[in-house]
Amino acid sequence: MMTAEWSITVAEIVIKAENLCFSYESENPNEQLPVLENLNLEIEKGSFVAVLGHNGSGKSTLAKLFNLILTPTGGNLYLFGKKIDEETMTEDEFFELRRRIGMVFQNPDNQLVATIVEEDVAFGPENLGIPTEKIRKRVDDALEIVGMTAFAKHSPHQLSGGQKQRIAIAGIIALRPDVIIFDESTAMLDPRGRSDVLATIEKLNRDFGTTILHITHYMEEAIRADRVIVVDKGKIALDGTPREVFSHVATVKAAGLDVPQVTELMLAINRDGIELPKDALSWEEGADAIEAYILKRKTEK
Amino acid sequence: MFKDITLGQYFPGNSFLHKLDPRMKLVLAVFYIVLIFLAKSAPAYALVFLFTVLLIAVSGISFITVLKSLKPIFLVLIFTTLINIFWNNGTTVLFEWKFIVITLEGIIRAITMALRIILLMVSTSVILMYTTSPIALTDGLEQLLSPLAKIKIPVHTFAMMMTMALRFIPTLLEETQKIINAQKARGADFDSGNIITKAKALIPVLIPLLISQFRRAEELATAMECRCYRGGGGRTRMTILHFSVRDFISAGLVLALFAGILLLNFYFPALIK
Amino acid sequence: MNAAELRGVSYVYSEHTPFCKVAVNHIDISFEEKCVTGIIGHTGSGKSTVSQLLNGLLKPSEGVVEIDGKNIWAEPKKIRNVRFSVGLVFQYPEYQLFEETCYKDIAFGPKNMGLDEKEIDERVREAAALVGLSEELFEKSPFDLSGGQKRRVAIAGVMAMRPKILILDEPAAGLDPRGRDEILSKIVEYREKTDSTVIMISHSMEDMAVYCDKILVMSDSKPYMYGAPAEVFSRATDLEAVGLSVPQVTKMMLALKDKGFAIRTDVYTVDAAKAEIERLLQTI
Repeated sequence: MMTAEWSITVAEIVIKAENLCFSYESENPNEQLPVLENLNLEIEKGSFVAVLGHNGSGKSTLAKLFNLILTPTGGNLYLFGKKIDEETMTEDEFFELRRRIGMVFQNPDNQLVATIVEEDVAFGPENLGIPTEKIRKRVDDALEIVGMTAFAKHSPHQLSGGQKQRIAIAGIIALRPDVIIFDESTAMLDPRGRSDVLATIEKLNRDFGTTILHITHYMEEAIRADRVIVVDKGKIALDGTPREVFSHVATVKAAGLDVPQVTELMLAINRDGIELPKDALSWEEGADAIEAYILKRKTEK
Repeated sequence: MFKDITLGQYFPGNSFLHKLDPRMKLVLAVFYIVLIFLAKSAPAYALVFLFTVLLIAVSGISFITVLKSLKPIFLVLIFTTLINIFWNNGTTVLFEWKFIVITLEGIIRAITMALRIILLMVSTSVILMYTTSPIALTDGLEQLLSPLAKIKIPVHTFAMMMTMALRFIPTLLEETQKIINAQKARGADFDSGNIITKAKALIPVLIPLLISQFRRAEELATAMECRCYRGGGGRTRMTILHFSVRDFISAGLVLALFAGILLLNFYFPALIK
Repeated sequence: MNAAELRGVSYVYSEHTPFCKVAVNHIDISFEEKCVTGIIGHTGSGKSTVSQLLNGLLKPSEGVVEIDGKNIWAEPKKIRNVRFSVGLVFQYPEYQLFEETCYKDIAFGPKNMGLDEKEIDERVREAAALVGLSEELFEKSPFDLSGGQKRRVAIAGVMAMRPKILILDEPAAGLDPRGRDEILSKIVEYREKTDSTVIMISHSMEDMAVYCDKILVMSDSKPYMYGAPAEVFSRATDLEAVGLSVPQVTKMMLALKDKGFAIRTDVYTVDAAKAEIERLLQTI
């Protein structure tokens, strides 16, 4: 195909929302609370975007719109440069989009369908009608990527939450999607499970160029993304690199979220007239900044 | 600790029986049941009995385990035996006291019937339940019945339902235990009172369980759609069942047994008239 | 005075089967009265087993569990009474709601205690107020509430039994930062108002640092560390050895100490860190 391979200078936009609106239908017209209001957003191919927001902020609705689980009540949605119009779309086109935008949910138990791990990973490719000999390879590759090859013959109920969630991810990887949306996929996991899943997400983005949309309310996870979007009351409150976003401590807190302790500390010290960098995110950065400040003061003397 | 429960009664293993194609096992198991009913003469019975013992030996499952599998039908066995001993119209009277008459024919009949039930139970458990994983059994059943899809019988849907049921039974049990503990912590009493009080005490367990299953069903359906599930049409499978030499040998053996029983029935008198 | 004590307690799951697994191994723990004690540890470290041993849901395979100095298994038939004095809130307690109205659900525990209507009513209102649940919600179905409100109803249901000890397993799991802070501060407030003892299980070091008076670290089926948050967090290397982390600011203080600055490392909140750093900067 004559695709525009030469136009690499322009980043490809995989998801574009244009004045996107969504409200749940209610019998009472007065109760029709909008969940999302005139939302504009572009997601670049290969990026790792964290979507932060408190429960009920509309962040999960956003994910369900992008995956065509919900239909917008207003505005336009473009996926891979094509405007989505569910009226004219064929079923095949619809399922092809679903394949290209994979989704991992919150409760690991409610995503696994088979009694054996490898059978579960094969479920997606089987649905696509991939020839038998190729399914095997897809399943083995997917299990390898999430580091669960040793558990191929286990039953899901013998695994921990974090392990089940990695199997769910493998099940999506086996569909070879371009984008994966993680809809609070770490919320129900213990710290170890959460860090394993996050490492898997980073690996997919870094090594395989998968575009990631990670929906969460944990700021520790958001700081590992390239871009953070804070959703509050159905609107985008902040959008930028983690450094930019978290330096707006007041806005982030008003949205019911946390900022890293170090960022908050630096800002508090600044308020007392001591000029430390306001955008430190990690403890290393904090310690280095204080060391540098002290050395500077000493040389000044 | 429901994590440890084994589903069905599958004993993982690597025996000749374990390796048989589940479709062949299903067909042969049905055949075997017919065989047991066909056996009429004493030598024919002995042959089926020996063959069944051989099956157990090949499966690598201990005889004690197999005998234990008869526990649930123990009462049925006793009952059939008694009925056959006391209610019959045999002529060779062995014992008579008031209205109780025991005849030789009655005893023979009781033994044959009991043996038949035992053979039925043992052979189906050894061939199917003990040596075939539930998932293989479902797969085998789906593929065997797949021609029925042509006459609009939703074979795939039923197989999918079976698989999902198997998948979620352990999860469901675990959840039930959790809810029971939580309600116990609020002072719920499940142990005292009569049947009605006990049934009422289960409401605080059943309602949360039901609600959580509805939520699970909904989430699961969405997750399946996101993995491009649209029913059985156009689906392929990762593992395709293949018949091997082993399967044809077993089919041959069962056919030989079939012929043997017919012959023995022909040359020897039947035990039950 | 100790509110609860485990002495030489072991618990083995599925004892005498091939699946047997030691959950806690010869442990001695005392929980101080009128304290918020946090239990922290990995999944499988035995912390949830401890909570179920304390309220008699599990019977120790070995050893003695004492509440207020009395062995709870002295009369096994009266174990249900122990559950009224040691309230246990499980993880995701909103999944156990079942009544038609919030009021009835909160009243379930007191009703099981055999109290009269008036007493039940008083306790339901008290518990609802303690978790910050408005009485307007009493007649609503618990299933129509938001996630955070459901959890409050569930916690109120245990508080309404007026337990001497309240144990909560991950009370903030799955809540967003605002919901988490609200529920945890309500729990601390509850302890102060009712003068009871609270034991809280959590994965989050940061939450423990802010809300607990004492912290018990469990690892490998045994207690690993016990003390005030400052004591526990100053042993960062020991915590990291068992795969647990310390709050971000504590890590920063430790890094500064490593760089040769004379700085305290028993700091775990932003405010304390600010004071300590400003003190350091003034010495220059």
